[in-house]
Amino acid sequence: MPHDHEKTYDEIRLPDEMELLERAIRELLIEKGIFSADDFSRQMQESEKISPADGAKIVARAWVDKNFKINLIQNPKSALASIGYKVGAPEPNLAVVEQTKKIHYIVVCTLCSCYPRSLLGPPPEWYKSLEYRSRVVINPREVLEEFGTKVDNNVEIKVLDSTADLRYFVLPQRPEGTENYNEAELAALVSRDSMVGVTVPQKP
Amino acid sequence: MRENKIFKFNVGDEVLVLDHDPPGHIRTPSYLRGKKGIIEFKHGIFRDPEKLALGKPGLPKRALYLVKFKQKDVWDSYNGPENDTIAADIYEHWLKLYN
Repeated sequence: MPHDHEKTYDEIRLPDEMELLERAIRELLIEKGIFSADDFSRQMQESEKISPADGAKIVARAWVDKNFKINLIQNPKSALASIGYKVGAPEPNLAVVEQTKKIHYIVVCTLCSCYPRSLLGPPPEWYKSLEYRSRVVINPREVLEEFGTKVDNNVEIKVLDSTADLRYFVLPQRPEGTENYNEAELAALVSRDSMVGVTVPQKP
Repeated sequence: MRENKIFKFNVGDEVLVLDHDPPGHIRTPSYLRGKKGIIEFKHGIFRDPEKLALGKPGLPKRALYLVKFKQKDVWDSYNGPENDTIAADIYEHWLKLYN
């Protein structure tokens, strides 16, 4: 499952029931003047401007600047504003959780597909899949292994189910042996999946 | 005495998630209903999503907590280590003190 991330749609695929429903509701809202088609496409473009490279930059900054890291965890909104990222209203609030030697976080949304879009952009297909959402809460260690991640049995695995008004962003651990890396080199080690908690950044 | 009026529960309180199944837009996952957890963090107060989903203003606002559960308390068949946990954000009206 984890390896079908980059699904390619080279066949013509008919929209499923949910997609048709979304389209019908969107068209009704536009017809009723709640928002315009332009508003919709502007919002889509806005949300696609953010990508996992943004999240990686934030992680690298936290690795090299301890004060920023503390602030990022305690008050993500102001820490992120200091480097030009806006989180919070109208988007949901953001919470940053730090991987340590004792605790390994994994993020899921079992109810839908809540995701820290304001730092990572739109979620990948696997994150939205029923398979990931249902299995990671019951058997997180098996799912992690499918992503190639082995977490020691004495480390607490903590699954965060983002069910409500918070979006969780995982701050991974800095790989050992990267003391001489600069911020840009560090950011290159941080993958999207490591900021969801299913993989761990590695020194190449 | 509770330390303030906004939050009925304090960090560290053992709570039980109510085990009912009303219709509508419910943000309490069914696999956690009826399970025992512990209040880990008080997030604040938010508009009630169950009412927002009906096009209402979502009032009264509801206190929201991060509630942590032991995996073994959630799934009888959990086969990982004892200290693995799962946490979710749950609104106050879905919780009661465990005793």
